[in-house]
Amino acid sequence: MDFQLTEDQRALKAGLRELLEGRFDGAALRDAVVDSGAPSLDRALWRELGDAGFFSLRVPEEEGGVGLGLPEAVLVFEEAGRALLPGPLVATFLAAGDVTGAAQGATVVTAVSGGLDGGLVPWLDEADVVHGDVSGAVPLRSVDPLTPLHRVPGACEGPAAGEADLLIAAEQLGSAGRTCEMAVRYARERTQFGQPIGAFQAVKHLCAQMLVRTEVARAAVYAASITGDGTDITAAKLLADEAAVRGARDCLQVHGGMGFTWEADVHLHLKRAWVRAGLGQSAARAEEELAAAL
Amino acid sequence: MDLTYTQEEESFRAGLREWLSRTLPQLPPRPDPLDWPGRRAYDMGWQRRLYDAGYAGLHWPVDAGGRGATPTQHLIFLEETEKAGAPYVGANFVGLLHAGPTIASEGTPEQRARWLPPVLRGDEVWCQGFSEPDAGSDLASLRTRAWRDGDDYVVSGSKIWTSHAEVADWCELLVRTTPVSEDVPKHRGITWLAMPMDAPGITVRPLRTLAGSTEFAEVFLDEVRVPAANRVGAENDGWRVTMVTLSYERGTAFVGEVVACRRVLGDLAREARKNGRWDDAVLRRRLGRLSAEFGALWRLTQWNVSESQRSGSGVPGIGGSVFKLRYSHARQELYEAASEVLGPGALDLGHEWTLDRLSSLSYTIAAGTSQIQQNIVAERILGLPKGR
Ligand SMILES: Cc1cc2nc3c(=O)[nH]c(=O)nc-3n(C[C@H](O)[C@H](O)[C@H](O)COP(=O)(O)OP(=O)(O)OC[C@H]3O[C@@H](n4cnc5c(N)ncnc54)[C@H](O)[C@@H]3O)c2cc1C
Repeated sequence: MDFQLTEDQRALKAGLRELLEGRFDGAALRDAVVDSGAPSLDRALWRELGDAGFFSLRVPEEEGGVGLGLPEAVLVFEEAGRALLPGPLVATFLAAGDVTGAAQGATVVTAVSGGLDGGLVPWLDEADVVHGDVSGAVPLRSVDPLTPLHRVPGACEGPAAGEADLLIAAEQLGSAGRTCEMAVRYARERTQFGQPIGAFQAVKHLCAQMLVRTEVARAAVYAASITGDGTDITAAKLLADEAAVRGARDCLQVHGGMGFTWEADVHLHLKRAWVRAGLGQSAARAEEELAAAL
Repeated sequence: MDLTYTQEEESFRAGLREWLSRTLPQLPPRPDPLDWPGRRAYDMGWQRRLYDAGYAGLHWPVDAGGRGATPTQHLIFLEETEKAGAPYVGANFVGLLHAGPTIASEGTPEQRARWLPPVLRGDEVWCQGFSEPDAGSDLASLRTRAWRDGDDYVVSGSKIWTSHAEVADWCELLVRTTPVSEDVPKHRGITWLAMPMDAPGITVRPLRTLAGSTEFAEVFLDEVRVPAANRVGAENDGWRVTMVTLSYERGTAFVGEVVACRRVLGDLAREARKNGRWDDAVLRRRLGRLSAEFGALWRLTQWNVSESQRSGSGVPGIGGSVFKLRYSHARQELYEAASEVLGPGALDLGHEWTLDRLSSLSYTIAAGTSQIQQNIVAERILGLPKGR
């Protein structure tokens, strides 16, 4: 047993981080946030991701893909979540190999995510291919300025937790890690009462708990990517949702009044974390399933 | 990233399982929890069996009398012994889990030869004399004094919360060898000594815990003579040695317990299904979340073990603090949930879960409180500034 990243896995993660820093950095993130109207998808960036092998990561090499596995997929989705990369990444990724052009980032695929009182579809208007029944879909004024959402009426309880949930969990993990870093950086810089606010225990303890939630979620998400087991994925989504949502809230708190502004990126992480928690398996259902498995 | 065990690891597991299934039925009945001499005898008898079968000090270096096994084999050992319901390390806790490893890494060859084999054989019990009435979280402000007289240190002062002091043969003792002054900050004048518990001048006064047992004690030291040869590390270098001890204490001491908690969680679900409490969706969901929690804590354990195996340091990393923080709270949640499953039965001290609920309250205090662990995580992992 060697439950640590291999050299190749580290390099993969670092490579994507570098690509995203070059093409989707803080400035690009802010540019993507429009105050009114639905955001549009940056197709050029999608193609670039396609060229870099992002979407074809798990497509076998014989079929022109990269031929890697679920653990590697989770590592790159963690980076995507960290950068707050917008778009229906998960659905397109899972369609690569089946839907022409998805692997290259030329075709944008989205999917209905089921829930007991209706489903949600991200990026419906921008997608070229839609998986699931979207009849009667109505647009929402999405809470996340970077994720347009439609609501589909009628109960359409999706299948048990699967790879989509795990990839969403990986994005949540990336976001949780990022908000922890943001909080720590701000806590070291911002001074009040003549010292950095990070020297105050109330702030320190918020940060420490952010790290603890992130590391616990990381262990669960990485392990589930190796076992591929449904129960493991269910647990991983539950813990990663918590790490991302609470992490963003605590990060906002550490930023004080600044955290409540549109200018700080914190709210973007929080809103996206809410959306991701609303897509895929809900906490209630996850907890029930885990209990049933006891 | 790989969670599969190698063939070698699996055959180690199989051999251990086979030995456990043969050996456990031969054990004498467990003694009454309040019978300390009985508990000592029972725990050490179990240690002796482990020793004879070659399972003692698995992950200790060979030149310290250990088996030099990999951290992963040690993990398998803890997992399998817990699954099989084998006795817990019990009275041997300090010797096996932190005094021993500290001596193995910091002691001289003579010290290792003197102290380690009896720990592994189950002949000698250790206790930890760190905390004092006025130095708990602020451990470095300890005041127990030691001064040199010929070949001995002479020690006076008092210790508190010393677990198993009543039945211990040795104490890993922290003393102040140089008084605090402008030139000597409080962390500098500390020395780590191995004190024989039968030396004249030692008085042990048991303290009663909220669970009703006497598992810890006050220890009064009145001019106790400890040979200078019993000093581990240099004089006044005890704080550094202590950090080694604490990293063991926080790093690996809880591994087997995670397995135990997962077993208890399964028992809770069974009991709730039987007594009708399972119909309560709030309770069900609470148990479901705890299942995610303990599953992840097990994975975090595997992560930390793999990390220490990679680094080859043997000393558990600072990740131990992350683990301890989350685990100590999860364990308390587990027994809160147990009390819901039991209903009025939770008020019956005759129930094992009620006693465990009481003892779980110590987890966020002992071995460094949660507040202190959060400071450690924030300052040493996240690099936040120290407060004034
Ligand atoms: C069951 C049990 C077994 C033990 N066994 C041993 C043993 O064998 N040997 C041994 O040496 N010790 C032992 N201890 C002692 C243990 O290590 C101490 O109790 C612990 O370190 C806390 O110290 P204290 O009790 O003096 O509490 P205090 O330090 O007085 O703390 C009281 C409260 O103040 C908080 N606090 C203190 N300082 C800070 C700070 N800087 N920032 C924020 N909050 C702070 C604490 O978190 C706590 O909530 C044991 C304790 C227990 C409960």
